[in-house]
Order: sequence, then structure tokens, then C-alpha cells
Amino acid sequence: MLDVLIQLLPSVLLEGLILGFVYAMIALGYTMVYGVLELINFAHSEIFMSGAIAGAETFILLKSVVPNAFLLLTLAVLIGGGVAALVAILVERLAYRPLRKRGTTNRLVPLITAIGVSFFLQDLARLIEGLWHNAFYRRYPTFNVFEKSYTIPNLIGYLVIAITLLVFFWVLIYFFDWLYKTLAKGKAGLGPRTRWYAAAALTLLFLVLYRAIIFTDLGMTIQMKSILVIVVSLAMLYGLNWLVHKTKLGIAIRAVAQDMQTAALMGIDPDTIISRTFLIGGFLGGVAGVLFGLLYTLVHPYVGFIPGIKAFTAAVLGGIGNITGAAVGGLVLGMLEMLGGTYLTFLTDGAMGTEYKDILAFAILIFILLFRPQGIIGQQLGEKV
Amino acid sequence: MRKTILITLFAAIGALALAQSNNVIKIATVSPLSGEQAALGEMIKLGAQLAIEEAQPEFEKLGFKLELSPQDDQANPDVGVAVARRLVTDPDVLAVVGHLNTGVAIPSSEVYKDYQLPMVSPANTGPAVTDRCYLDIDRLVGRDDVQGPAGAEFAVKELGAKRIFIVHDKTTYGQGIAEQFKKKAEELGAKVVGFVGTEEKSNFQALILQMKAKKPDFVYFGGIYNQGAVLLKQMRERGIKATFMGPDGLDSSKFVEIAGEAAKGAYYTTVAGPPDRYPKAAAMVKKFKERFGKAPESFAIYGYDSAKVVIKALKDFVSFAHRKPTRAELSMLIRQTTMDGVTGHIAFDYKGDRKKADYFVVHLKEAKYPGEVVKVISFPAPASVCKAIR
Repeated sequence: MLDVLIQLLPSVLLEGLILGFVYAMIALGYTMVYGVLELINFAHSEIFMSGAIAGAETFILLKSVVPNAFLLLTLAVLIGGGVAALVAILVERLAYRPLRKRGTTNRLVPLITAIGVSFFLQDLARLIEGLWHNAFYRRYPTFNVFEKSYTIPNLIGYLVIAITLLVFFWVLIYFFDWLYKTLAKGKAGLGPRTRWYAAAALTLLFLVLYRAIIFTDLGMTIQMKSILVIVVSLAMLYGLNWLVHKTKLGIAIRAVAQDMQTAALMGIDPDTIISRTFLIGGFLGGVAGVLFGLLYTLVHPYVGFIPGIKAFTAAVLGGIGNITGAAVGGLVLGMLEMLGGTYLTFLTDGAMGTEYKDILAFAILIFILLFRPQGIIGQQLGEKV
Repeated sequence: MRKTILITLFAAIGALALAQSNNVIKIATVSPLSGEQAALGEMIKLGAQLAIEEAQPEFEKLGFKLELSPQDDQANPDVGVAVARRLVTDPDVLAVVGHLNTGVAIPSSEVYKDYQLPMVSPANTGPAVTDRCYLDIDRLVGRDDVQGPAGAEFAVKELGAKRIFIVHDKTTYGQGIAEQFKKKAEELGAKVVGFVGTEEKSNFQALILQMKAKKPDFVYFGGIYNQGAVLLKQMRERGIKATFMGPDGLDSSKFVEIAGEAAKGAYYTTVAGPPDRYPKAAAMVKKFKERFGKAPESFAIYGYDSAKVVIKALKDFVSFAHRKPTRAELSMLIRQTTMDGVTGHIAFDYKGDRKKADYFVVHLKEAKYPGEVVKVISFPAPASVCKAIR
């Protein structure tokens, strides 16, 4: 059984990666708004949802008109992102700005507003879809181009297995070494280089013992739509980093994030900048929604809730307010979820099913936050965004 | 003088109002009309609506106004109980046709029982619905402790399933039928390599990876189409070729719509066969299409027959006694009613189960709904000891 489980590992990590990138895309929106306003915009999951539904409508309406699947996807992404950005700006304008103008200092008030807006948007979307179609479950059409599977060479899978084993044994050795040094005070223990050699030796030994792993086909495939998700979210990540650090708008955003009053004295209109932040975050959320729909087929007004919560968690895990942190957090959470979901059943002999995956993921999350309350990449002080 | 006129006027209005409310008989349907399972729930409502509309002229002649009161339980037990509590306070509501979900029907029927409001179920297959032996609760469809084993027998004996992976949705209905399936399949010698519950709705990759490790040749899903179709689609995307089967929760055109090409080759068992399996239903199907502009699916004809049973009992009482029955009287009358409905002969046993119900195995040879019925089993309701549930 062990060799089967290890053979599965590259596929598990790959699926975790895809899921992680989905979370990361949504997490960017949370992080942007938090960076500027220090507000957890719980309505972001509904902004994501409105993008997903707008994308589905675009697909359904234009499917017969636009012949090329990629052109259609581009249109859907633009319209989904546009609608979501519009919703985000409206939410900021109608719900958050009035609170800010009144000088509310209590930080719970905007938070509760955000939760209220979230419920409002869910039922608004349900109302619109219900009036329009008398049904609010929208299904993304399937295109052969996006469904197409590509085989990943087995060699990459073997490499992933080898590296994972190496790291696993290194951690094991490191732990026992530390235990030995602590218990037998004053003893030298292993040097850093010896630890790596020992881990490599153990890995080799393991692979020789379970050589069946290397002589079987791992059967790893990746679909076009998953590749799209990875490419788009990497593009988003780099684009956003560039925008925040290299452009004038980015400088203005960072200035408002650091000190709103002083920024205003320097000739920056904070309201415009906040509005643009919501626009960017909303657009990214909408694009994530369209890709989510493409990946998982069904969307509906309540589709945003769970991914939203997970993405928010990912943002906190990575260090909220930090763009790279959001991506790292998303990836870690996605991997943990997939690992837990797949392996818990085997490890407990069916006693704990896939439904416990979140428990494992969140237990590890709590553990990480115990040691790094600021998140994996986040800094305790210093610049936000 | 003026006072007298006023008093007379008020008395007259009052009497009129009283007389009017006395003449109204409402039959309520309770099923999910919104939400992910609305496709199944709406069919129950439309079926009952057709039956009630057909009977309205007759009741008009008898001096009563028969009305439909469609309610939405959102496939949610809390909402179902809230709706039930609202219904029992309306004295004109004399009977309920519903629910869709066993998990909703059980707590809701506790409320109906307390107020002796008769409920006729067109769709609940969970054994516990009638195993409590409430006098007011009857059902027209078969039971999961027959449906599940019937599916398992078909899977093992006729499809040759050897390694079975079972997924369920953790609801009373889904888990219940999955356990029945598992028990029978193991009895027949197949190996159950996985039994997993999940509430996941979009990403089933973790489950699919488990399937990759366990290499099943057969996958059974206990639950409703909105989850089952997505699971099936993702299974096929990741190259799992095992035969797929599920219970009557998959019996909807939406299942094929969501799963697309992946639905090809899938099986489902159902307690409500496609309308063309019922020779007597032809006229009703035609009327249904004319009235609502779509073909009746899944539980529509059972919704129709459930309302018919209630209407027959009502008519018998009204034409004899010339007054509205009390709920308790109607409950007792429904239990004793026998009639030939469009779904065949209807008679209830001591628990409220239909004496003989039909079970169908359907094969989706093409990705098109409805599939082809490959097996029909007529089976009496198992006699079980009445038991209260907690």
C-alpha cells in the first residue's frame, strides 16, 4: 500500500497546486483591500461570485456567436472581471465610504457592514438570476480545447517523489538530531552537511526497497483549463507586484496605505485611490470567478462563500497585506487540503474520510500561526501592500 | 336604528367571511422550489397543481373551493420545519403533498403528526419516514431499503462489479441508501474498497485521487444530482473509467445537463420511472405538457397521484357529509383509500407505505435524459417493526 500512496504523491501535489492557485487569485483581493484600509472585505467572496456568474452568462449568450474558444474565454474574463470590479466599486462607494466619511473609528462597524453586504449581494444575485432564468444555477459550457488533457512525463513525477522523500528524511533527521542534542547536553550531534548526506542515503535506500515506484506509470495528466488557471494567476501575481511597486498608481496606493492624511497633504486623493484599489481587487476577483467556473462547472449565488473563507484564510496564513504572501498562503492551504483529503482516509483506515480535510488543514494553520502570527511572509511592522 | 343596521352589516360581513373561509380547502405542496434541487422539487409542485386544477370544477359544484398552496422548503430541514409550523396554523390547509428530501420530511412530519395534518409523500424514500407508523404520514414511492439493495444486486450480478467505491453526501437520504447498497453488495461478494462522505460541491479531486489508489471498477454515489453530476464529470476528466451508479436523486434532466458527455453509460435506480413506463399516464403527460410547456420528469406523476389520493379522500367525505373534514378524519380516510392512479394501483399498508411499489434501473446509453429502463422490480414494502426515532 505504501508504494501506491507514494506513487499518488505527485498527482496530489499537482492538484493541490491548482487548488492553491485558485485560492491565491481570490486572496489577492482580500490582501489589496486590507493593505489599504485595514478592512477585511468579507464581501469579496460575493464580488468573486458576481464575476463567476457574469462569466457564465457571457459564455452561454455568446457561445453560438463567437467561434473561437479562447476568444470567448477572453471575453468572459473581461466581462466577468468588469462586472466584479463594478460591484466592488459600488460596494465601496455605497457601503464603506459613508462610514469612513462619518469618521467611524470603531473597526468592527465596517467589518459588520462587509458581512451584511455579503449577504445582500448573495440574495441580489439570486433575485436577478431567478427573474432572468427562473433558475440560478448556471453551468459553464465545456470546450474540447479546455478539457484536453496533457500527460506529464513520469520523470518529473519521480523527481518530485525523490525531492519530497529527501526533505521528509531531512526533517526526520533534523528532529532526532535536535532531540539527541537536547537530551545529551553538550554533545555535538550531526553537522548540516552530514544531515543532508544521511537524508540522501535514506532516500536512495527507500527507492531501492520500493523500486516498484520507479517502474510504474504515474499517469499524471493536466487539463488545459488547469494550465490556464496557473498561468493566469502567476500573471496576476506579477502584474500586481509590478503595479504596486513600479507605477505611479502603486506609489499612491502605498502612500495611502501608510498614512491617509499625510498622503492627502501630498496631493493624493485618498478616495480615488481607495476606489481604484477596489477596482483592481474586484477585477482580479472576477477573473478568478470565471476561471473557477471553468474549472468546476457549476456556479450559483452562494458559490463564493467557501472559496472566499479559504482565500481569506490563505491571505492571513501568508501574511495579510502582502501580495506574495497571499499566493504563498493559497498554495500552502491548497496543498494541505489536498494532502489531507487524500491521505487521511488511508492513514486512518477509513475512520476519517475526506470530509476531515479541512480539520487537518486548519489544525496546521493554527500551528503555523502560533509560531508566525504575522503569517509566513508577512512582516510585523513596516510597509503594507 | 343606525346601530341596528351597523350591527347587522357587520354580522353579515362576518358570516360571509366565515362562510367563505369555510368553503376553502387548501392542499399544500412542500418541496424545494429554489436552490440547487429545485428541478426535482418543482416537478412535485407541478404534478400536484395539475391534479388540483382538474378537480376544481367538481369541488365547485359541491360548493367548495379547492386551492393549491405551494411552499418552498429549500431542501433544508430547518426551513421545512418552519414551513410545517406555518402550515398547521392555517385551518384551511387540510393536507400536504411533499417533501422531496427524506432529511427534511422526517422533522417536518413530526410537526404534521402533532396537528394530525395528513402528509402524502411523493418522493421520500428513506425507510424512517413511515417506520414511525404515524397515522397521518403516507407515501406513494418505494423505500431505500429496497432501492439500495436492488441497485446493489443489479451492480454485482448483472454488471459484474467487484471493487466498489461508495461516495455519499452525508444526508439522511444519501448516507442511508449508500449504507443499504454497501450491505447488499458485500453480501453478494463484492469488495467495498471505499466508503466516503463529502459535502463538497465543486472540487472532488481528493476523492478522485483516492479512487486512483483503490482502482475501483464501480462507483456508487448516494446523493442528489447537483453533486453527483459534478463528481462524475471530474472522474471522467481524470480518467477514472469505473461504471457509475446512483439512486433516484440523480433522476433529473439536470444530471445529464451538468455532467454532459460524462453521463454516457451511467446507471441510476429510481422509484419513479419515466412517464412512458406508465401506460395510464399518457393522458396526464399530454395535459402536463400543454399546461406547463415542459415534459413531466421524475416525481411529477407521483406528485400528481399523491394529490389525487388526497382529492379522492376529500371528495368521498365532502359528497357524503357536506362539510369540510377535520384533519384527523382526512388522515384516516387517506390511509384507507384505494384507487387506480396513473402510477398503478394505490393502497397503503399499516405503516403508510404503498402495498406494492415499483423500482426501476435506468441506463443512460447516450448522454440524454431520460435513459432507458433496463429492469423493473415490483416489490412489497418490507414489514418492519414500528419504531420511534430518538
